[in-house]
Amino acid sequence: MKSNKEKSLYPMWFVIPSLIIFGVFFLWPIITSLYYSLTVWNFETAKFCGLDNYKLFFSEHAMSSSVVHTLIYAFGTSILKVVIAFFIAIFLTSKIRTKDFIRSAVFFPNLVSMVAVGLSFAYMMHPTKGLLNSVIQFFGGNPVDFLGNPALALFSIIMVDVWKGLSISVVIYIAGIQSIDKTYYEAASIDGATSWQQIKSITLPLLAPSQNSIIILSLIGGLRSFELIWTMTGGGPGFATDVLASVIYKQYAAGFYGLSTAGNVVMLILISLIAFPLQHFLNKREEAIQ
Amino acid sequence: MKKQKRLLVLGDIIGVIVTAIIFLVPFYFMFIQSIKSKKEASRLSISLPTEVHFENYAEVFKYNNYQLVRAFKNSGILTIFTVLGLLFTAAMAAYVIQRRRDKATAAVQSVIMLGLMIPAAILPTIHLLQSMHIYKTMFSMVMIEIALQTPFAIMLYRGYMASIPTELEEAARIDGCSRWQIFTSIIFPLLKPIQATLIILVGVTTFNDFTNPLYFLPGAENVTVQQTLYNYRSQVQSSFNLLFADIILITIPMLILFLIFNKRIVDGMVAGSVKG
Repeated sequence: MKSNKEKSLYPMWFVIPSLIIFGVFFLWPIITSLYYSLTVWNFETAKFCGLDNYKLFFSEHAMSSSVVHTLIYAFGTSILKVVIAFFIAIFLTSKIRTKDFIRSAVFFPNLVSMVAVGLSFAYMMHPTKGLLNSVIQFFGGNPVDFLGNPALALFSIIMVDVWKGLSISVVIYIAGIQSIDKTYYEAASIDGATSWQQIKSITLPLLAPSQNSIIILSLIGGLRSFELIWTMTGGGPGFATDVLASVIYKQYAAGFYGLSTAGNVVMLILISLIAFPLQHFLNKREEAIQ
Repeated sequence: MKKQKRLLVLGDIIGVIVTAIIFLVPFYFMFIQSIKSKKEASRLSISLPTEVHFENYAEVFKYNNYQLVRAFKNSGILTIFTVLGLLFTAAMAAYVIQRRRDKATAAVQSVIMLGLMIPAAILPTIHLLQSMHIYKTMFSMVMIEIALQTPFAIMLYRGYMASIPTELEEAARIDGCSRWQIFTSIIFPLLKPIQATLIILVGVTTFNDFTNPLYFLPGAENVTVQQTLYNYRSQVQSSFNLLFADIILITIPMLILFLIFNKRIVDGMVAGSVKG
């Protein structure tokens, strides 16, 4: 009876427009990419070559190191966002009066494009003239080559990514904090708990769902990241900041379409290997807490 | 009690100063660079300009045979059609996915939610567009933007849809409304709050997108606003003042969108991230 009613009220064809657009322009290319990654390909002809593209990908340091950079980038940005955004959100939901101003200011970078942010910060990090080095030199330090030093470049970009992406995490945390029942805090302060104890034993565990969203969102975003790196360093110096997405673009620009597609499949596998188990684990943890 | 009050004031002061330094100085830098002369801008300092050059903004528009005008037109069309298309198709899909509980719907749902995780396959997409003879067209770019953002839009809609009681639809059905009428004249208008969130999030994402137009919409005629920035970097290495004027100009539409829908952002996030 119930399923009859559902059938009569909610026609299945309503999902067809979405499903066709999503299937044709997203899913189908992913399915065919599995084949094209095994070929020497120039859009006209695709010559099957087995796993050669993958072998080449992992034997060339310029490409294989991009996997490591991608992991450092994704985990670095994700951890920093989860931790820093938590404290900002706690601060913004306290009794301070300037929170509307601070909230808007923190949200502002979200409106500016990655390319604009990347270019602006690249100039602020200029090794001799840049704003950051002027400040460092003002306090008597030695100028730092933020983007030219291979050991430092990736971390400089990570900091900019955190600066730009922090607001989404803060907003998700604030939403989570506001949905926590106020009576928990009242009961805790009657029992004499300090505010730090309250944050640790009430806020933090009850924020697990928000925290999980932030971890998954920023980790997947980090694993796919391209625009900021491309505009700030173009993968350099050398290939010190090359990530999977920039290798895909470089091989495309060089005309190695099969190899580029293999890089795309490596990214797909890497994200699947990390994101699906992680989500499963985080959901389990969330259930255990509640 | 008094001590706590003093602590709060201290928190206010420190909070404002830290926020201003970390989040506002970069924007001050962008703006001040955009009104300097070419020579002064190349020094990349944050000091005030000795002379103000607002005509930089007019120059950006004229640069490269009115490239920026074309870019605003292209990005505007792309953003508007993506937002409109997504608002409607995702609402229809989310409505049925949220309401029906059978196996087919569950399958559709889990396939579409894959899109939240896995990355698009870029070159096979270009190949597909070429074989359909729609490569480098605005139509294919709109379709790709819709396809990429469908999972997120459905997730947001679905979270919100759960709060709309089904009795409404049943009553309308008894009154003799068709299923299509129930959706368009009863359900769709109730989705306004979440649509405001979607308009700003999808609008900003699409307007600020650099990567997808780079791959799927190349060519001077097809230039989008983010491409103009990138072109500056390679073409006029020394004209920092124009580059930053360009940054300011293409951020203004997003700022206006933000001012209109400001309050909705947090509400929408609550609906999307916590319920979803």
